[in-house]
Amino acid sequence: MTDAATPSTTPGNPASKKGSLLVTDARTKKRNNAEKRFRAYGITAISVGVIFLATLLYSIVGNGAGAFTQTFIAVDIALPEETLDPEGNRDRSEMSRVSTFGYNPLIQQALAEKIASLNIETEVPEAAFGQLLSPGAAAQVRTTVLNNPDLIGQTVRFDILASSRVDGYFKDRVSRVSLLRDSNLSPAHLDIVDELRDQGFAAKKFNLAFITGSDASESRPESAGIGVSMIGSLAMMLVVLLLSLPIGVAASIYLEEFAPKNWFTDLIEVNISNLAAVPSIVFGILGLALFIQFAQLPQSAPLVGGLVLTLMTLPTIIISTRAALKSVPPSIRDAALGVGASKNQAVFHHVLPLAMPGILTGTIIGLAQALGETAPLLLIGMVGFIASNYPDGISAAFMSPNSAMPAQIYEWAKRADPAYYERAWGGIIILLGFLMTMNIIAVILRRRFERRW
Amino acid sequence: MDDLRIIERTSNMNDIKISAKGVQVFYGDTHAIKDVDVEIADKTVTAFIGPSGCGKSTFLRCLNRMNDTIDICRVEGSIAIDGQDIYDKRVDPVQLRAKVGMVFQKPNPFPKSIYDNVAYGPKIHGLARTKADLDEIVEASLRRAALWNEVKDRLQAPGTGLSGGQQQRLCIARAVATAPEVLLMDEPCSALDPIATAQVEELIDELRQQFSVVIVTHSMQQAARVSQKTAFFHLGNLVEFNDTDQIFTNPQDPRTESYITGRIG
Ligand SMILES: Nc1ncnc2c1ncn2[C@@H]1O[C@H](COP(=O)(O)OP(=O)(O)O)[C@@H](O)[C@H]1O
Ligand SMILES: [Mg+2]
Repeated sequence: MTDAATPSTTPGNPASKKGSLLVTDARTKKRNNAEKRFRAYGITAISVGVIFLATLLYSIVGNGAGAFTQTFIAVDIALPEETLDPEGNRDRSEMSRVSTFGYNPLIQQALAEKIASLNIETEVPEAAFGQLLSPGAAAQVRTTVLNNPDLIGQTVRFDILASSRVDGYFKDRVSRVSLLRDSNLSPAHLDIVDELRDQGFAAKKFNLAFITGSDASESRPESAGIGVSMIGSLAMMLVVLLLSLPIGVAASIYLEEFAPKNWFTDLIEVNISNLAAVPSIVFGILGLALFIQFAQLPQSAPLVGGLVLTLMTLPTIIISTRAALKSVPPSIRDAALGVGASKNQAVFHHVLPLAMPGILTGTIIGLAQALGETAPLLLIGMVGFIASNYPDGISAAFMSPNSAMPAQIYEWAKRADPAYYERAWGGIIILLGFLMTMNIIAVILRRRFERRW
Repeated sequence: MDDLRIIERTSNMNDIKISAKGVQVFYGDTHAIKDVDVEIADKTVTAFIGPSGCGKSTFLRCLNRMNDTIDICRVEGSIAIDGQDIYDKRVDPVQLRAKVGMVFQKPNPFPKSIYDNVAYGPKIHGLARTKADLDEIVEASLRRAALWNEVKDRLQAPGTGLSGGQQQRLCIARAVATAPEVLLMDEPCSALDPIATAQVEELIDELRQQFSVVIVTHSMQQAARVSQKTAFFHLGNLVEFNDTDQIFTNPQDPRTESYITGRIG
């Protein structure tokens, strides 16, 4: 009432302590600015992250995509019966007596004929034509012939892997200048290659053998593949999954639901958390001592790798499983016990299904970690092993020496030939593909199980 | 003559179901229940009232040994149901809890279908031989919990999708389905709106026909409405235990009187 008498009072600006709602006061302005600043920080942080990710993906794909294609040269090879199957009975064991040395001249001759028929003039001696092709060409032809004896006596068109220098020329890695100092191929060869390409007999194609093939020697990067080490990784993941999931989940359920809370279980809990932070190479040396030196398991075997990675994955799985179990509301346990379920029934009928999405996510993340792990494999001999043959049989897949995908990538990156550098990037694309697939599976499983309210 | 007959009849009707003697409960060093003697009659609703933290829930949870699940909890004294000591070494708490059902403060249906919620108890106790038996138990329990008409068309729908009051009645149906003899309810209406509360209270009165019901409540009006016997707890002591109308009209202990007149809360 007295307010009404004061001159400052107008309907738009009542003289209350708070002031008008239409005017932002200093405090509010400050708070709004703080919020704006924080948003700006957040957006900056995310942008930086996105830029890094984009750069990473760009360089990986840019460097590695080439590994999935390979240059092939089409050659029409005559397969005379008198050299390849002297007995003439198409018996595999007799035909296989002809070694790759028997096939080399045939390829050589076919290549020379092709070059002659295309009217290519070159100073390259005929004997050096073979340098255009992979050293594995004879083996490729021989395998095809042994598998298809009917081809003998005909002239057959083969798509033969070009040598890594020729492939490098197609991928702009090799030039005439760089070949001046190269003993594997001369610049003159490239004139032939140009001609072959122009006439459609040499081209880059998708090379499935990079994904399914085995590792090759240092001098044949064009035929190296990641397939065998993929089998090694697969065997290890199976071991990890089959051991760490049941052990980890059982340990977590016991610790979370049944174990008495005392100093001993506290100690175990602290140790599990600590184990999760132990550098993976420590698990490697533990594996070396425990599984190879003490238990006398074979070196470089995926079984040993799997055991070591299991040790490494267990803490991750236990921690995430316990978190998942903890997040199930206690009222569910009360409800189950209240209708007379035993502790065991309460856990397995009610708590565990609710914790499942968390458990599965944790397990898959643990597996993905293990899949990419290289350091512990170093100590048990899986890094540096040349995975050049597929294991024969299931038990060999676990017991005989093999490499693993990250170890294979490391091995390739170490090799001198730039063609291997490209393969290392290509291997990383495949590895990332696996990791992404696993994460997508984790997300899908999570959704699927959560739908069950 | 007449008077005597009446007394005889009431005592017959009110057979002693649960008899607790000298019960003490400790949580570690906290003495939560101090020397409580109480006798709970069959086919009667007994209400536990008292200020919050006085030990009503603690005592209730002694009656079906839910306190066993709390590591630091220690129970002394004897509690007998039908004359058998439930803290005897030979008693398996799992069997006991099938006989003494419980409804909790916050509705806690399993995250499963309405049907599975009710069927779970009978299933694990082997009360139904065939699917038809089980269907029958589920229907009867839901009917007894006055929920059947509302859910009969959606038995496979999630129990967690019901309203709060319906969820609580579902929990009552679940407790009833294992054919218990005693039903313990810990503030069953505290999370419900007045209409749902009225429905549950009506239900409790129905359930009295078959069970001995013990209900913890912080609402004295509720105790007055639903119970025949009332126990007043204060700071872990059982202060007064009597017929409900006696407690509310003629309390013997000054603490009871202060509480029901609103001076202790
Ligand atoms: N799990 C527990 N651990 C330790 N103390 C508890 C626990 N539950 C209850 N108490 C204590 O026991 C006393 C009685 O609690 P409670 O029975 O829940 O009371 P009311 O149900 O009457 O409100 C309180 O002092 C409370 O702090
Ligand atoms: Mg309580």
